Amino acid sequence: MGTRLKENWIYLIFAIVLLLLPLVLSEFRLNLLGKFLTFAIVAIAIDLIWGYTGILSLGHGVFFSLGAYCMGMYLKLQAESLPDFMMWSGLEEVPWFWKPFQHFWVALPMAVLIPAIFAVIIGIPTFRAGIKGVYFSILTQALALVVSIFFIGQQPYTGGTNGITNFRDIFGFSLAEASTMKVLYLITVLALIVIFVLSKWLVNTKTGRILIAIRDGENRLRFLGYNTSTFKVAIFALSAAIAGLAGALFVPQVGIISPSMMGILPSVEMAIWVAVGGRGTLTGAVIGALVVNSAKSYLSETFPDLWLYFLGALFIGVVLFFPKGIVGAFARLKRQDSSKRYLLTEGREV
Amino acid sequence: MDITIVLSQIFNGLSLSSILLLIALGLSITFGIMGVINFAHGEFLMIGAYTAYVLQKLSIANSGGSLFLLSLPAAFVVAALIGLLLERSLIRFLYGRPYESILATWGLSLILQQLARNIFGANNVEVASPGWLQGGLTVMEGLQLPYNRLFIMAVAVLCVSGMYFYLYRTRSGRRIRAVMQNRQMSACMGIKTNRVDAMTFAIGCGLAGIAGAAVSLLGSIGPSTGQNYIIDAFMVVVLGGVGRLSGTIAGAIMIGTMSPLFEFVTTSSMGKVIVFALVIIFLQWRPSGFFTLKTRTVD
Repeated sequence: MGTRLKENWIYLIFAIVLLLLPLVLSEFRLNLLGKFLTFAIVAIAIDLIWGYTGILSLGHGVFFSLGAYCMGMYLKLQAESLPDFMMWSGLEEVPWFWKPFQHFWVALPMAVLIPAIFAVIIGIPTFRAGIKGVYFSILTQALALVVSIFFIGQQPYTGGTNGITNFRDIFGFSLAEASTMKVLYLITVLALIVIFVLSKWLVNTKTGRILIAIRDGENRLRFLGYNTSTFKVAIFALSAAIAGLAGALFVPQVGIISPSMMGILPSVEMAIWVAVGGRGTLTGAVIGALVVNSAKSYLSETFPDLWLYFLGALFIGVVLFFPKGIVGAFARLKRQDSSKRYLLTEGREV
Repeated sequence: MDITIVLSQIFNGLSLSSILLLIALGLSITFGIMGVINFAHGEFLMIGAYTAYVLQKLSIANSGGSLFLLSLPAAFVVAALIGLLLERSLIRFLYGRPYESILATWGLSLILQQLARNIFGANNVEVASPGWLQGGLTVMEGLQLPYNRLFIMAVAVLCVSGMYFYLYRTRSGRRIRAVMQNRQMSACMGIKTNRVDAMTFAIGCGLAGIAGAAVSLLGSIGPSTGQNYIIDAFMVVVLGGVGRLSGTIAGAIMIGTMSPLFEFVTTSSMGKVIVFALVIIFLQWRPSGFFTLKTRTVD
C-alpha cells in the first residue's frame, strides 16, 4: 500500500511539472517536448500490447500516421477549398472520401476510429489463424512497409512522399503563434494524463489480468475456456486507437505528416522507446519515449553522422544489458539499497 | 495482354525468387535452429554486393579484366566470416529470445548500414557485368531472357542443391538438422551445439553474401541494398514455414513471381498491397506456412 501511495505522488508531481513547463521553457523547446509527449502516448499504446499482452507490433507507425493524416487533412481542408498537393496532381475537387474531414468533429473521431478499424481488419484474420509471436511482428512490419509504399503511390490523395504540410491555422488560431502552441501542448499533456490513468486502470482490471495471462501462458488460458484471439484483437484495436490519437496531436504541433513517419524505421523505433524505458510498466514507456527522443534530438543535431551508430548500439545494449529497461534498472538499484534482507529472502536476486 | 510480356514478367519474377531464396535460406535456418530473427540479414547481402564491388576495383587496377566469377565465392567467404564474428560476439547471446533478437539485430543492421555509408559513401555504386553476361537468350519473337538473370537462377539452383546435399547427405549437415529438431537431445548425444550454431549462422550469412554478389548484376548497389529485399525475404519465411528447404523454395517462388506480376498488372504500390493481402489470406489456410516440421507440442 505504501509504495502505491508514493508512486501516485510521483505521478502527480510529474503531471504538475509538465503542466507548469510552458512558463519556463522557450517556444522551441516546448514545441519539441509537445512532440515527445505525443510519442509517449504511442509508447503507452505499444506497452499495452507488447509489455502486457506479449504481442510485439512493429507496425504502430501506421496507426500513428493514419490518425495524423486524418488530422492533417482536416487542417488542410478547413483552410483551403482544394489542398495544394491535390491541385498539383491535377485534381479538380476534393475526393468524396476526404470531404467529411473538413469538419473537426468528423476528423477527430476518425483519427481514432480509422486506426482501430484497420487494426481489427488486420487483427481478426491474423489472430484467429493463430499467428503469434515473431510471425505477427514480421507481418506488422511488412504492413508498415506496404502501407507506406501505398501512401507514397497515391500522390493525388495523400500528398505522396512529401505528405501533408503547410498548415496555417486551427480553429482560426494561427499555428505560428506561441500561444496556440502552448494550448496544443497543454492539450497533449492532458491527453497523456488521461491515457496513462486509463491504461493504469485497465491493466489492473480483470481484463488486464487476462492480457497478462495471454502473455505468460496463452495456451493455458485457452484451455481454461477463454477466447484469447478476441482479447488480442480488442487490445490491438485499442492500442491502434491510442496511437491514432497521438498522431492527431502530433500533426498540428509538428506541422507535417508524411510516409516517413509510418515506415519500418519509425515503427521499430517506437518499440525501442518501450524497451528502453521498461516493458510492462507504462511508466517505463513514457520515460523511454522522452529519454530516447531527447537523446535523439541532441545527438542528431550535434553529431549527425554518429547518431545511427548510437541508435544501433542502444538497440543492442538495452537488449543485452538492460532487458527490463530504465525502470527495471532502477528497481534493481533500489532493491540493492534496501540491503541484506532481500539478499536472504530472494537468494539469487542481487 | 501479350503473352510474351506475361512470360517475361514471370521470368523476371523467378530471378527475384532466386535472390529471395538465397536470403531466406539463411533466415529460415537461423530461426529454426536458434530462435533468432535476424533483421541484419539483409546487410550480409549488402556485404556480399560490396565484396563484388571491391574485387572488381582491385582486379581492374591489377590486370584490367574483371573476374566476376571469383566474386561469388569471395562474397560467400567475406559474409560468412563477418557473420561468424558477429555470431560469436553478439548473436549467441540472443538465442531463444526472438523478440529481443529482432530489436538487437535491427540495431546491428543500422550500424552496418552506417558503416557502409562511411566506408563507401552514401551514393550507390555500379558493378559492371562481365561481357559474357550481357545480352540474352531469344526464346521466341519478342521474348528475350537476359543472361544475367539466367545466371542468377543458375547460381541459386546450385546453392540450393549444395545446401540440400549438405543438410541431408553429410554428417555435419545431419548435426544441424538434429539440433534443429531437438537441441537438448542432440547435446546429450555429444553434438557440440554451439559450434553447430556458429557454423549454421555463418553459412546462412554466406548465402546472403552470394545473393549480394548476384544482386550487383541487376543494378547499382548501396548501403541500403539489403533493406530492399529483407522484408520480402521474411515474407518468404512466413509463407514457407520454418525448418524445411522445400517450404522456403515454394515461398520464394510464390513471393518472387507474384510481386512483379501484380505490380505489372496494377501499379507498383497496389501490387505490394495485393501481395500482402494474399499472404494474410494464405495464412488463414496454412497458419504456419507451406511445410513445417510436425510436432505434438503445443508451445
